[in-house]
Amino acid sequence: MKRFSAVSLVVLFSVSAYAQEKPSISGKQDVSPAGAATIAPEEVRIRALEEQVRTLAEEVALLRGELKTIRDTKSADPATGSRLLLASTRMEPGVLPSSTPSTVAPVPAPEPQIAQTQTYGGATSNAKLLNPDISLIGDFIGTAGRNTISPSRSLELHESEVGLQAIIDPYARADAFISFGEEGVNVEEGYITFTSLPAGLLLKVGKMRAEFGKVNTIHNHALPFIDRPLVTNNLVGGEDGIDDAGISLSRFLPAPKNWFLQGTAQVFRGDSSDVFTANRRQDASVVGHLRLYRDLGESTNLDLGASYARGHNNAGVATTFDPANFLTNLYSADATLRWKPLRRAIYHSFLLRNEFFWSARDQLSPLNVFQTQHAFGLYSDAEYRVNRRWTVGGRFDRSGRATNANLTDTGFSGILTYWPSEFSQIRGQYRYGHLWDVPNDRFTNANEFLFQFLFVMGAHGAHPF
Amino acid sequence: MRLTKMTTRISALLAACALIFTFVNPPASRADSKPHIMTATTDLAALAQEVGGEKVDVESIARGYQDPHFVEAKPSFLLKLRHADLLIVVGLELEIGWLPPLISQSTNPKIQVGAPGYFDASRFAKILEIPTGQVTRAEGDVHPLGNPHYWLDPENGLRIAKGIQNKLSEMRSGDSTYFAQRYDSFEQRLKQADEKWLAEMKPYAGRKIVTYHRSWPNFAEHFHLDVVGYVEPRPGIPPSPQHTVELIGQMKRDGVKVIVVEPYFDLKTPNAIARDTGAQVVVLMPSVGGEKEITDYFKLFDYDIAKLKQAFDTTK
Repeated sequence: MKRFSAVSLVVLFSVSAYAQEKPSISGKQDVSPAGAATIAPEEVRIRALEEQVRTLAEEVALLRGELKTIRDTKSADPATGSRLLLASTRMEPGVLPSSTPSTVAPVPAPEPQIAQTQTYGGATSNAKLLNPDISLIGDFIGTAGRNTISPSRSLELHESEVGLQAIIDPYARADAFISFGEEGVNVEEGYITFTSLPAGLLLKVGKMRAEFGKVNTIHNHALPFIDRPLVTNNLVGGEDGIDDAGISLSRFLPAPKNWFLQGTAQVFRGDSSDVFTANRRQDASVVGHLRLYRDLGESTNLDLGASYARGHNNAGVATTFDPANFLTNLYSADATLRWKPLRRAIYHSFLLRNEFFWSARDQLSPLNVFQTQHAFGLYSDAEYRVNRRWTVGGRFDRSGRATNANLTDTGFSGILTYWPSEFSQIRGQYRYGHLWDVPNDRFTNANEFLFQFLFVMGAHGAHPF
Repeated sequence: MRLTKMTTRISALLAACALIFTFVNPPASRADSKPHIMTATTDLAALAQEVGGEKVDVESIARGYQDPHFVEAKPSFLLKLRHADLLIVVGLELEIGWLPPLISQSTNPKIQVGAPGYFDASRFAKILEIPTGQVTRAEGDVHPLGNPHYWLDPENGLRIAKGIQNKLSEMRSGDSTYFAQRYDSFEQRLKQADEKWLAEMKPYAGRKIVTYHRSWPNFAEHFHLDVVGYVEPRPGIPPSPQHTVELIGQMKRDGVKVIVVEPYFDLKTPNAIARDTGAQVVVLMPSVGGEKEITDYFKLFDYDIAKLKQAFDTTK
């Protein structure tokens, strides 16, 4: 009864809301928009009665559900109110989920209009439906072996990434990824995407991973390896990479038939890890990206990219030089070949990816002379999905150091990944590094074994392709 | 000096971008031509084609032999989506792993979620297996809003077609009579065909079957089949030895002689189960286009029912 009065109240006070809601209910014919705006009291009463009938129907459904639970151990706990309300908006009480088919002749189709009618009852519990999609990804990493150059912890919950994703309004959606690490909390990304702009423009505003190459755009947990490539650490800001507050504008560009060409222009504040430092307000960094893609058949495709980034660095800070003169220019080229047969998509796939990076960094030489260091680095990654649960992969790394291009680190990794389900992942990686040891002025070898456990809670949105 | 140089450079860069963005021809307006309909799956494309006839262009993102849960969000789909006037989706979170980024990157305001060109077919269909209790992933990749394989019931096909008819009439009111005629013809033909299918399946009413994935509840309900088990221990979880042993025991006890497998699953485990139980593995097509000869919604049921009949007849 309490619920009934709540329902009537909601009905009374949501006439305008109903009018707004109506257009989204496609194919609905029984109520004219004008009628919705000026509902007669009788009609309100009738509708309230309808609601009551529906509430009763739900209760019948609930009881049936419980009966089914008792009968059938396969079904889950008794229904919660919100779940049932959700369910009841889409079905008639007589057609509850059942593993046993009905033996009677098929009943005539229920009118779609009935199935679509909105349920106004239980407003408080339904309000939760407006909550964003919430997810948490735990990333646990362990390391064993020897690495004196860049040692990592033996065991750590490397990162817990909370994702909040929702459609904001008819014109935009927003995504926020907040990462809780061993050192603190960091908004990894938090941006709004305007999806309904004219002229095919896509605008993103907020903090985001810059569209610089491929690996820079990928979150830790979505990488095909546990660590990041050597070149990322040496030239492109390490784990966080180019990740900054700014504005991004992209658009599809004209291209020959069947080619996909997209251009992206981004402006950031200019503070990204150790790559870019904004010493003054006007030290904004810019990123430009071109992506060219083509299907080479339904299973195979080729994905090419070219990127450019420019910003200030901190080499001139606390020197006699003007810090504004110290710039870092980064260039990158990437190429990805993917193969995934559609009929066996969940069992077999292959990916080959190469990324090349060039860094031109203004700095002072040991003799305090202004110079530009030109460093080059690359990684090459191959992955093969052997079956539904196992993937093997390998990666080759080679990179100069941004501040001293003569020092070149080399390495390779072998990676084995196991998926118990789509929502958890266990990975092992053997990593060899031939790294320059600056204090001792010689090369040293690093041999390490890394392992990782990943787990996903909640509804995590899809990742960029 | 340096500062002005930098400012000029930045403005040059911005100007270049502005040039690219303004002088690039906007996509040709298609307001006068046929509405371009994109669908998530081939079945929805087939239904839209039935109603829209030659007055629409229809294309599906997924192929009929592809697992609709695991489609890749390829940029080539963006090229198609950005010109679409209508996007028809299965809904119930079937496409959650790939469609949302395609929609938001399509830069097409018409097909954004909630826009008039976004059409969720599940709103018109009878949905089964809606979880009534707490939902956890201990049950595998469950669909909290119900089983999304609802198009495999001809009655749902009809309901969806009705919804599409209304939507198309709303979009192109000048052609509403045409769409109404197309729908009426479809309804008549489908009802006839359904009578034939039901008659063909009547001798096998109540037969127990095992399916690989939970793709067939609507099909089984409509044609009075009894799905008693699944090759997957839980939806989306690959077969495990223990579950397979249990399933074999259950199939022997219940006398199950038919294992239905979707075309995108590995046949190794179903074949092993079949060898142990004397059952027959039959690959049924859950979607139009799964085989070359399945070119429309009618042929989908023709194909599946013929295969099933054959399997039931040979196993008795």
